[in-house]
Amino acid sequence: MQGGGENATTIDERHSSRVTVEVNGASRAVTLDNRTTLLDTLREHLDLTGAKKGCDHGQCGSCTVLLDGRRVKSCLVFAVTVDGRSVVTVEGLAGPDELSPLQAAFIAHDAFQCGYCTPGQLCSARGMLDEVSRGWPSAVTDDLNTPAELTDAEIRERMAGNLCRCAAYPHIVAAVRETAASS
Amino acid sequence: MSTGAVGRAYPRLEGPAKVTGTARYAVEYPVDGVTYGWAVPSAVVRGRITRIDMTEALASPGVLAVVHHGNAPRMAPGPQPELRLLQEPTVHYRGQYVAVVVATSLEAAREGARLVRIDYDTGPHSTVLTDDHPGLYKPDQVNPSYPTDTAEGDFDAGYAAAPVRVDATYRTPAYHNNPMEPHATTAQWHDGRLLVHDSNQGASSVRATLAELFEVSPESVRVVTEHVGGGFGSKGYAKAAVVLTALAARHVDRPVKLALTRQQLFGPVGYRTPTIQRVRLAADTDGRLTAICHDAISQTSTIREFAEQTAVYTRSMYAAPHRRTTHRLVRLDVPTPFWMRAPGECPGAYALESAVDELAIAVGMDPVELRIRNDTAVDPDQGRPFTSRNLVACLREGAQRFGWADRDPTPRARRDGRWLVGTGVAGSSYPARARPSSARATARPDGSFLVQINATDIGTGARTAIWQVAADALGVPPELVEIHIGDTILPTAPVAGGSMGTASWSWAVIRAAQALREKLRDGGPPTGEVTAEADTTEEVGGQPALPRYAYGAHFVEVRVDADTGEVRLNRMLGVFAAGRVVNPTTARSQLIGGMTMGLSMALHEEGVLDERYGDWVNHDLATYHITGCADVESIEAYWLDERDDELNPAGVKGLGEIGIVGAAAAVANAVHHATGVRIRELPIRLDKLIGVSDLP
Repeated sequence: MQGGGENATTIDERHSSRVTVEVNGASRAVTLDNRTTLLDTLREHLDLTGAKKGCDHGQCGSCTVLLDGRRVKSCLVFAVTVDGRSVVTVEGLAGPDELSPLQAAFIAHDAFQCGYCTPGQLCSARGMLDEVSRGWPSAVTDDLNTPAELTDAEIRERMAGNLCRCAAYPHIVAAVRETAASS
Repeated sequence: MSTGAVGRAYPRLEGPAKVTGTARYAVEYPVDGVTYGWAVPSAVVRGRITRIDMTEALASPGVLAVVHHGNAPRMAPGPQPELRLLQEPTVHYRGQYVAVVVATSLEAAREGARLVRIDYDTGPHSTVLTDDHPGLYKPDQVNPSYPTDTAEGDFDAGYAAAPVRVDATYRTPAYHNNPMEPHATTAQWHDGRLLVHDSNQGASSVRATLAELFEVSPESVRVVTEHVGGGFGSKGYAKAAVVLTALAARHVDRPVKLALTRQQLFGPVGYRTPTIQRVRLAADTDGRLTAICHDAISQTSTIREFAEQTAVYTRSMYAAPHRRTTHRLVRLDVPTPFWMRAPGECPGAYALESAVDELAIAVGMDPVELRIRNDTAVDPDQGRPFTSRNLVACLREGAQRFGWADRDPTPRARRDGRWLVGTGVAGSSYPARARPSSARATARPDGSFLVQINATDIGTGARTAIWQVAADALGVPPELVEIHIGDTILPTAPVAGGSMGTASWSWAVIRAAQALREKLRDGGPPTGEVTAEADTTEEVGGQPALPRYAYGAHFVEVRVDADTGEVRLNRMLGVFAAGRVVNPTTARSQLIGGMTMGLSMALHEEGVLDERYGDWVNHDLATYHITGCADVESIEAYWLDERDDELNPAGVKGLGEIGIVGAAAAVANAVHHATGVRIRELPIRLDKLIGVSDLP
């Protein structure tokens, strides 16, 4: 019942594109089936398996990465749409020799158990802290005329798109709060 | 000569790997020439495949094969018929995997799966559990091997004679485990040997199952489970993904990766059965229980019997002279339900601890005090003293920490603006068990040690806990100890489940360490490696059968929007007595994780089955709600300093499930206190409370 044979391993050229993306600071060029998501590009073509596939439908947040600095669910982004853009994954959060304060806070507060949602939580938190620093409000921000203060309620709301079945939520909030306070 | 590692709050050993994205899960290992599998689910409930048209699928670029019952490699018949996938044309439930498409890319495999055309002959189906289903029967035993029914005294007479009675029926829906990592496998056959990287809770049993199904020796199968993205019971033994992947890899003679989709996790990998539970309680006017009866109904599939032990919790929790418990089951055209965090105890405690709350109101007594009044030092079921039972201490400490003393028992007595505020309490217990395990300890010439055991860390902190236990048992600082887990090339060990992982694994590790120290003492300092192994089969098997349980008490405060009926959790506090706590950091995470899943069960989760299609319609994470970050405002877990020498050498009772048991009842009891409305059918959605502001 074998079909396709050797030819099947090559990508159908009519339906593929050359895509160049800056990933964690390095330029990466790959030829991809046009149907390939950014998430699958990272995981299956660039051996960056930090971003996780929890639902493939943008419903769990495990695949969250930063695209030009903003958090996106990479399972909902086709790779061909990010040609020339910049992506940061969990593998790019740490410095060359040490963890970022956010990563260190996640360990210190035990902000994960199984670890599968963790890369998404970290990228989401990183993107979220940047949104707060730009003064973006959330659904629980009372006063839209002044910059939102990063209360626990704000953190919980802004991190609500990242599910954690182990339910490390209070520890995630604590880690984000500590990181925000020390930066 | 303990070095004090046990009891210390070490961060998880794999923490740096998990926060940098370098911890590899089952389908994240680079493999040369790998191909991709995509499972095809059946579109009908009950029937027979009459034709599979693969023409379009095979013509699609990149598709290598469509594997189905007509061409799949044959597997041996075994004790787990549901794992004999793609062997016959019969369909037992909707969503049953009936084919696998293998392709050179994920995209091609997914498209190929879409293009497979399958025709079926179908028959009528029955997929909804009811309390008068004609198929109800009495199973021979309930999970894992409890008697189906128990009776002591004369329940009917005792109940009839009592001055205070409660008779209530509680219902719970199907709950789906939904670990964040789907069931996923990478399988490779090399010269008749099978290597799988798999997401499961116990690689030793998965290896045994694969060896049996594929008729090869266990030694020629290796299962690696270095990191596992959660399981909550659904990965407790070999499931469809690993079998399908191994089958597909054998068929195409290439390595295959296959991860189930989120939608495919709703059913075929197991779920918590819906339950219908009638609880009857009788008491004297002082609140002392005189009669207890718990009748539980649940479902199983037509393929295999799984009988949730729903009423078992009631057998040992509270004492009364007249007691009865029963379990009835019906075989439906559904996937087989299976373990989900505290199977039996979790739904059972929801019903019993809710009924106890109703009884406290009927008696006019504080629900904490009523539970304390009905405490017992002797297990009502076994008739022997508990090895330790600190339920009362948990209730008292919890009440004090929570600020229970000032509670006005009147429902709807507290209001905060538009919110009705209420508090609730529930008890909790879970058996403390252990299973046989083996382990190996090695002293190296450089003064370091290696401890090896095929335990699985599904996020519990097992790796770290065993490492701490090993250091103490070896009498060396933990920095000198290296720990290897999650691979069948290591000594065989039992599943991470039933809250017995740490107890079982530690036992073997301690014995191996002791044997190694004896060898080292006899032989002086080693010049090469010195190794000792231990197998606790005999010792665990020889342990007297005593009632060993962990206990807990949940306290919950909710607020309910008087206009919309929306329920929000203000705070949740649990106090537990679970023996020795090896690592306070990971222990706390386990406990709040269980409590949150109980909150999720009470307010958020519900598998909604449409009988026309015989399947759950809300089979994704957008429509099947689980508790999210914004739902958990305050949650705290504490534990008592408890020592119990009748448990196991590490003195642990296990923490994986005690946190969820009773948690949903505490939420439901708090909702009643807030609103005066008793919801006896979970989850407590706002449509069940809407109009609460119009109540008197």
